[in-house]
Amino acid sequence: MKLILKSSLYVVATTILLSVVYPLVVTGLAFVFWPGKARGSFVEANGRVVGSELIGQNFTGPKYLRPRASAAGKDGYDGTSSGGTNKGPTSDGLAKAIAASVEKARLEAPGRSGAVPADLATTSASGLDPHLSPDAARWQAARIAAARGVAEKAVLDVIERHVEGRTLGLLGEPRVNVLLTNLDFDRSLTAR
Amino acid sequence: MTVLAISKILVFFGVVLALTPPLGAFMKRVFSREKTFLDPVLLPAENLIYRVTGIDPDEDQSWKTWTIAMLAVNTAGLVALYVIQRLQAFLPLNPNGFGAVAPDLAWNTAVSFTTNTNWQSFSGESTLSHFTQMVGLAFQNFLSAATGIAVAVAVIRGLAREKAKGIGNFFVDCTRALLWVLLPVSLLAALFFVSRGVVQNFQKDVTITTVEGAGQKIAQGPVASQEAIKMFGTNGGGFFNANSAHPYENPTPGTNFVQTVLIFAIGAALTRTLGLMTGSPRHGWAVFSAMALLFLSGAFAAAWAEQAGNPVHQKLGVASAPTEGGTGGNMEGKEVRFGITDSALFATVTTDASCGAVNSMHDSFTPLGGLVLLANMATGEVIFGGVGAGLYGIFIFIVLTVFIAGLMVGRTPEYLGKKIEAHEVKLAMLSVLVLTVAILGFTALAAVTKAGLAGLNNKGPHGFSEMLYAYTSGAGNNGSAFAGLSANTLFYNLTLGIDMFLGRYFMLIPILAIAGSLAGKRKLPASAGTFPVTGPVFTVLLVSIVLIVGALTFFPAFSLGPVVEHLLMSEGQLF
Repeated sequence: MKLILKSSLYVVATTILLSVVYPLVVTGLAFVFWPGKARGSFVEANGRVVGSELIGQNFTGPKYLRPRASAAGKDGYDGTSSGGTNKGPTSDGLAKAIAASVEKARLEAPGRSGAVPADLATTSASGLDPHLSPDAARWQAARIAAARGVAEKAVLDVIERHVEGRTLGLLGEPRVNVLLTNLDFDRSLTAR
Repeated sequence: MTVLAISKILVFFGVVLALTPPLGAFMKRVFSREKTFLDPVLLPAENLIYRVTGIDPDEDQSWKTWTIAMLAVNTAGLVALYVIQRLQAFLPLNPNGFGAVAPDLAWNTAVSFTTNTNWQSFSGESTLSHFTQMVGLAFQNFLSAATGIAVAVAVIRGLAREKAKGIGNFFVDCTRALLWVLLPVSLLAALFFVSRGVVQNFQKDVTITTVEGAGQKIAQGPVASQEAIKMFGTNGGGFFNANSAHPYENPTPGTNFVQTVLIFAIGAALTRTLGLMTGSPRHGWAVFSAMALLFLSGAFAAAWAEQAGNPVHQKLGVASAPTEGGTGGNMEGKEVRFGITDSALFATVTTDASCGAVNSMHDSFTPLGGLVLLANMATGEVIFGGVGAGLYGIFIFIVLTVFIAGLMVGRTPEYLGKKIEAHEVKLAMLSVLVLTVAILGFTALAAVTKAGLAGLNNKGPHGFSEMLYAYTSGAGNNGSAFAGLSANTLFYNLTLGIDMFLGRYFMLIPILAIAGSLAGKRKLPASAGTFPVTGPVFTVLLVSIVLIVGALTFFPAFSLGPVVEHLLMSEGQLF
């Protein structure tokens, strides 16, 4: 009985320290030093919040980079329902979905031959992947140029500006932030 | 494999190796109650806890008293977590207005987080309030990790002491693990995470209008503070459903690297603590080497398999080879910023270490990549392992190794001067058998019942792998999943709850009993006939025992799942 009381008190005391004091200290320091990041890294354009730099959002129009397929929520890119397809390597459904993505990618880029970039043909883990590989972004350049009435080179230039390399040349993979690049298209590309 | 992929794995391993001596030596000082540089801040807090709770820190507990105290604290935590979940609708910090968690799910989650498994049958962002996450789950992340470290330290003490009645004091070991080890590193890591973009706030879901004018709702929360202890305590339960694949949990390759290192840090360093506290540093390194061999083989195999990718998809026109601007390989269920190698490395580390966080969807790994992850867990989570759990897990295998070596030369086996007798070997085998029976028994049960089969997301051999993975993950207290399995059903919540419970406490209790019995024994001086537990011969023998026990026990089950799936995939057979 004494042990039960002791243990319960112990749980209460350590809870106050670890689950109240510790997270509040982190929150306090976070709001002092990195308020924008602690609140979700939201991005503004034309005077309104258009999304988070870190959370992928869907783009369907031909003028924009199309992001990866998403399994988050019913229609994809649901920021309250993250997750992947969880389809296994011998899933017939997955093979069909990938075949459809490959066909769509080829239809959109008639000039392009060769294999479709792997990330463009597959679904991300979070369903909120904010990035495309540089290959997958360049793949779409001709289509974006045609839709905006600009030279393909101009689109590719914007994409190159947004290529982030590996950290320290080692960690992660080269990538392009879809939202930031698309906003840059709107700012920098005006029709001839 | 490319030079880059190999360097990624080796640099990671180099960092873990470099952290092992200082962190191991620091933990030795902490648990021997010697002076450390953090004492001025932490000693008053420690003493306050003892005063408030009426704990006598100088009491030396027998293994039974120690175990009962551990169970009492764990039970109090379990009950608290269950109650918080059931009452979350009435508690503060519930801006999204989530209702009470259903009883079977609340039981599963309470067991899951108390046992350091962090198996999640639910999706955090749509089920739990900020209060439940922060006070309920994150607290268990600390407590279950500290419990694991405390057990490992008690076992080491059992080896180090001679003719002793006690193995230390649970409350002191647990408190020191919390305050000196887990809290300071978590604080630093949490701040680093926020600086890279991990959110830390108490807002409700933010609704925005996207560039193209659609609505998007984005979940928020106190993520960074929880993320740090989730990794450092090898808990692995994500704030969000997508876990460390979610950009708010793991936004950059840099945070990903730090998270991967945090998983291994304590597990690796405890081998050094073992060496220092028992006065045989070379034994610590021999154990480290055995773990390193197993880790590196798994990491290279998984990275190779994922880069080789899926021939079925490649035939459809998906790029397979890496280029300057694309990864190729199997990108299904992986994030662009991590690509193939960083995802495969994270997956290997998280399954080695009974962490269970994921930065990619294991269900979508190639069959051979998935096999590596399953095999890592099936070895009993001893490849660096969960915090503490890895060390006391490998302890079982060390007992078996010296026992078998003793049989070979016909002498009573000794471990660091302590005689290993029938009593210890029986207890060691008990924990090995309970684990095996739980995994294979429950998988078999699920495979022949409607309730079990109803949860599958994939057909064919992959469906079997989903069930096998779930119970292996549960019993190994890993918590990662082939997440397609719909586990939030009465059947899975109950059976997995029992599975996790058996995997934790039927491991802990026999091990503490061995520790108690060893502490009471005399230390024999080493003689010419003593089998040395240092050096390469011991390392190789230990690796073999781990593989033989794991492989022989689980090989038939692996054959029915990933192995046959790999053969069928090569033939282009789909389900």
